[in-house]
Amino acid sequence: MNFDFSDDQKQLRDQARKFLAEKCSPKAVRVVLDGKAPYDKELWKGLAGMGFLGVAIPEEFGGAGAGHLELCVIAEEMGRANAPVPFSSTVYLAAEALLIAGSDAQKKKWLPAIASGEAIGTLALFEGKGNPSPKTIKLTATNGVLNGVKKPVADGAIADFAVVAARTGSSGRESDVSLFLVDLKAGGVEVKSLTNLDPTRGQAEITFKDCKAEPLGAAGEGWSILTQVLDRAAVLCAFEQVGGSDRALEMGRDYALDRIAFGRQIGSFQAVKHMLADMYVSATLARSNSYYGAWALSTNAAELPEAAAAARISATQAFQHCAKNNIQVHGGMGFTWEFDCHMYYRRANAMALGLGSLSYWEDRLIDRMRKKNAA
Amino acid sequence: MPTNSVENERWWARFALPTLRTEQGLRSAMNFDDTPQEAAFRETARKWVEAHAPKELEAELSKSSLGRIRLAQHDIVDVGKAWQKKKAEGGWACLHWPREYGGRGATPIERVIWQQEEGVYGKLTQPFQIGEGMCGPTVMAFGTEDAKRRYLPKLASGEEIWCQLFSEPSAGSDVAGLRTRAEKKGDNWVVNGQKIWTSGAHYSDYGLLIARTDPNVPKHKGLTMFFLDMKSPGVEVRPIKQANGMQEFNEVYFTDVVIPDTQRLGAVGEGWSVSLTTLMNERMSIGSRLATGVPEMFEFCSNLMLEDGLAIDDPAVRSKLASWAAKSNGLKYTSYRTISALSKGERPGPENSIGKLVSGMMLQDIATYAMDLQGAAGVLTGSDEETVQGQFQQMLLSSPSMRIAGGTDEILRNIIAERVLGLPGDIRVDKDVPYNKIPTKGR
Repeated sequence: MNFDFSDDQKQLRDQARKFLAEKCSPKAVRVVLDGKAPYDKELWKGLAGMGFLGVAIPEEFGGAGAGHLELCVIAEEMGRANAPVPFSSTVYLAAEALLIAGSDAQKKKWLPAIASGEAIGTLALFEGKGNPSPKTIKLTATNGVLNGVKKPVADGAIADFAVVAARTGSSGRESDVSLFLVDLKAGGVEVKSLTNLDPTRGQAEITFKDCKAEPLGAAGEGWSILTQVLDRAAVLCAFEQVGGSDRALEMGRDYALDRIAFGRQIGSFQAVKHMLADMYVSATLARSNSYYGAWALSTNAAELPEAAAAARISATQAFQHCAKNNIQVHGGMGFTWEFDCHMYYRRANAMALGLGSLSYWEDRLIDRMRKKNAA
Repeated sequence: MPTNSVENERWWARFALPTLRTEQGLRSAMNFDDTPQEAAFRETARKWVEAHAPKELEAELSKSSLGRIRLAQHDIVDVGKAWQKKKAEGGWACLHWPREYGGRGATPIERVIWQQEEGVYGKLTQPFQIGEGMCGPTVMAFGTEDAKRRYLPKLASGEEIWCQLFSEPSAGSDVAGLRTRAEKKGDNWVVNGQKIWTSGAHYSDYGLLIARTDPNVPKHKGLTMFFLDMKSPGVEVRPIKQANGMQEFNEVYFTDVVIPDTQRLGAVGEGWSVSLTTLMNERMSIGSRLATGVPEMFEFCSNLMLEDGLAIDDPAVRSKLASWAAKSNGLKYTSYRTISALSKGERPGPENSIGKLVSGMMLQDIATYAMDLQGAAGVLTGSDEETVQGQFQQMLLSSPSMRIAGGTDEILRNIIAERVLGLPGDIRVDKDVPYNKIPTKGR
């Protein structure tokens, strides 16, 4: 058994960490946080240059042709650095949807552009409140023409193209949903930026008005493709969340060692030590669950749906827990704009909702465990 | 390739891609497969278990959970001894120990594979776990060659059972504050005092004992480790009736018990550092699956009919169950990471220390919630149908011990904070005070 990343993958991690430490300092993240740029363009170019955007994209489509384990390694570092770039929308959602369901022509058009940093992609799934469900999809597609509103769409304001979930039937079944690929720079698309919890990753409302779109995957297969995409993205996001958890824990630990109160380091008080120990426990459980998800993802195992749900739950809880208690360890300073704690708090709570909320994934985990037990 | 790929090519070309694509790279990817040697070892182990295990006990052993094994027809010590003896004859007892001391000289990963193949029959080794995990390794590290050859093979084969005599009524988490005295008289030591929470003392042949040999120096410096014959005159074992109504632990009283100096382990005054070896070995003994209560709870919720339908279809139930399942999976995969490190010849990291902390609390929470779902009938502890024979009630009553024995939740959090996260140790006001000057009452 080998339930660890290989030495090469660890070297890749070190390389990514070094790169991000240099190019994605908290100061750089704050440029986006403060609204001075929609995302960090220089960093995006640099990530392309390093080959990170196309790590899991095959060479024939302009990627590096490594695999999902390598992408997990990069994802963890992106989360640790709180990178203000559309990585998850473009790489975990758009690129994965193309890899699963794209035609050769669609892959040739978009995947090399993703790998080179020339195209930003996203998934337009949600329509207001609620979790992913075929029932919530009201946007219609008639003869390849889309009408409707998607909201919120992660990175929608900076995206070049979107994978759009649309209603193509009215049977009340999953087969009512089909996916479409839309060039957002073409006509019939109106994009409005929305303010959100985590300004380092934008959210938008996209209105499609008689917008021409090409199908992605077979008609009526939309929901089944989306399910696969969400499972994959759940694992990849879990690695970002694990990276964020570790960084928040480290920040809390470092502050507890530096800060003196009552004549001692605050990290010598058990109330503080135990809070940090519990953060470590959450982060460790999340890491282990994510490793299992990574294995399932990289081998396309039948266990992926269950593994992805467990990783998602565990990582969501860990990141929220670590980000929240990092502020608590910092005391009043943790509640200032100046300290970086709130950036992780924002990211943790925004990420908890992005692919469907915690309760949604809890539901999925139980469904999948029952299915397994019944089998 | 991308147009701006100067750095890209430089970087991937240099080391990553070529090796990732080689056969070696592919083989080093995550997998749950045995190496050929591991597979051969597993096959040997499986065949041996198949041929020798007491199959008549399989069903009963599968059912007993939460580490408490009660067999209807047999005494666990008797059947345990029989199984352990067979294992020793076949070369499967304490298999990571050297051959000359009754082991097989197996690697840590082979030991894990053995535990997996031994399966439910591993529960029969319960009476020997303290000996194998703690006492044996301490004798191996500090005993004379004669002592090792005399005691270890019999410990390994289950012929002689060992217990551990560390905790005292006034020295639990603060075990270095222990009071039991050992005084040198010629070539012997004379021991007086009391130990507590000693599992298996009533059926043990030998005990590993830590005692105070010098009360005039700070508490950690005046301790010495010994082993003794539990049948020695002056040793009295009294069972403790626990809060859950069971009797698994004992008090052990020492009145002028004589221990020859040849049964001292380590130098006089070095008992604390010897005990750390013992405890470190306890942490190294991985692979023992901790009960979390999740499988029992999942089954319970899958069958429980509430007013509006099955419990497992209730959103509130699903949410809690999913969180527990994710935690329980997290523990399982954390142990896989440990096994993986072992397989590569690495020492397991401290991440394994979270197991008891997480599972102890989870057991208690799950028991409470299961009873909540049972409503008024949840109060019953008999073999009632409504409570599935009271299994969660038993869990509720037993779970407090999981959060205390072998290091309380609070001590475990201290260990994680100090040894993993590098936070400062607690301020110890008694650290440099001679033991006999330390206050013993709060008020």
